[in-house]
Amino acid sequence: MTAGAVERAFREESGRVLATLIRRLGGNFELAEDALQDAFAVALATWPRDGIPGNPGAWITTAARRKAIDRLRRERGLADRVALLRALMEIESTPPDEPVGAVGDDRLRLVFTCCHPALGMDARVALTLRTLGGLRTSEIARAFLVPEPTMSQRLRRAKRKIAAARIPYRVPRDEDLPERMAAVLAVLYLIFNEGYAASAGERLVRADLCTEAIRLARLVAELMPDDPEAAGLLALMLLHDARRDARVDAKGRYVALPDQDRDRWDRERLDEGRRTLDRALRLRRAGPYQVQAAIASLHAADRVDWPQIVALYGTLGRMAPSPVVEVNRAVAVGMADGPRAGLALLEAVEGLEGYQPLHAARADLLRRAGDLAAADAAYARAIDLSANAVEREELARRRAAL
Amino acid sequence: MRYMLLIHVDPAQLADPESPEGRANSERWYAFTEGLVQAGAMVAGEPLQPPQTATTVSVRDGERVVTDGPFADTKEWLGGFYVIDAPDLDAALDHAAGMPHIAHGWVEVRPVMEMPARVDAAS
Repeated sequence: MTAGAVERAFREESGRVLATLIRRLGGNFELAEDALQDAFAVALATWPRDGIPGNPGAWITTAARRKAIDRLRRERGLADRVALLRALMEIESTPPDEPVGAVGDDRLRLVFTCCHPALGMDARVALTLRTLGGLRTSEIARAFLVPEPTMSQRLRRAKRKIAAARIPYRVPRDEDLPERMAAVLAVLYLIFNEGYAASAGERLVRADLCTEAIRLARLVAELMPDDPEAAGLLALMLLHDARRDARVDAKGRYVALPDQDRDRWDRERLDEGRRTLDRALRLRRAGPYQVQAAIASLHAADRVDWPQIVALYGTLGRMAPSPVVEVNRAVAVGMADGPRAGLALLEAVEGLEGYQPLHAARADLLRRAGDLAAADAAYARAIDLSANAVEREELARRRAAL
Repeated sequence: MRYMLLIHVDPAQLADPESPEGRANSERWYAFTEGLVQAGAMVAGEPLQPPQTATTVSVRDGERVVTDGPFADTKEWLGGFYVIDAPDLDAALDHAAGMPHIAHGWVEVRPVMEMPARVDAAS
């Protein structure tokens, strides 16, 4: 067995083990994480020789518990050392995957704590990927293009704040749940978007982040089966991700939706996305993620129903008004009713002078309307504003083709 | 666990304490404080005189330096404080969000630093 295989098997279970360990240690993220890291080192040394244990979750729990005790014995300065040791002694080595209700699942506590609004958005993203996703700090740093010490400090600060301000480790009360759930979903969506449309760098898609976001969204949707927006977000991610490979051609160039090779779409993902969306819609409480998933589903249809997409963007704009939604609606109107109608809507959008997609959309509409000089200027502005190399190249190609 | 709630008020929203509106305002603060007491959360709390009454002192190179102010750049003032006892941050935030001025001002919630118990070197 390779180290990679050990790591994958370990990661499958580590989120659950860590979540329980943190609870048993009264919210001590630092100790729980260090102990898990130690347990991973033991797994790396023994699993290749002995094979993956029959119940890896129970194995990791036992090993991490032992390592936490070792650490506490060494750290004599810790004031609550005795209480922590007692808590560790009480952890039975029973398999952690015994059936428990969703609310009893410690991972739900973990996700709500990591996405607590008292933490900065960057910290929430990093902490969620680190603890729930089991990503290494170096991987997260690479994904967000920051130096590893920066990311490591960001994580340390977040954990320190959780401890110092005593951010609770629990599922919020019912009356706070909608708001707190929205915060969780926003973090997952941000992770997905960063992977799907890398805002900077050489590559357009960072698939690892998309995959991780989907894994986390799947978990949250499973843990919160009555939340239609959790399912809606999962559906949205799946429907976008199904088209991931087709967005870049063999030479690494961007391919716009109408030009994509549909044979390269992942049919299985599309179907799963549609099924997930149906499940969300059956709960009969519409929300912005479900509407966006419905739009993504229409985009992936054999014949794109633009008037229907225009109507859904209208719904989305009423639920969650934002100039970005207006840009998308203008693009859809440009397809449904012609470029002049789309341009008229774009003119009314305010506050997005520095938003690259607005200028790219405007350029496309102007080109289709035959106003080539204005289109050229709009492409130039869009190119100026883009930090992604693949995207910039595509815009330059469209500009040159005017 | 103790938290300090630093109350930042918008002076434009402050009414003359003698006016009916000002009296109603005071009543709301009394009721809020009473709520904290009832909840067993009250440790301490006082309103403060406006920033125009503030004086700053420091000592540099052995010399005492006294100046008028400070006057913050922000529109809001530090108008008072509470120290409360709450089980966790969510509970502290609930108290803070219930303050009478909260729709016009804001509250900074800071955990009080609990000094670590001295560890016996022989343990």
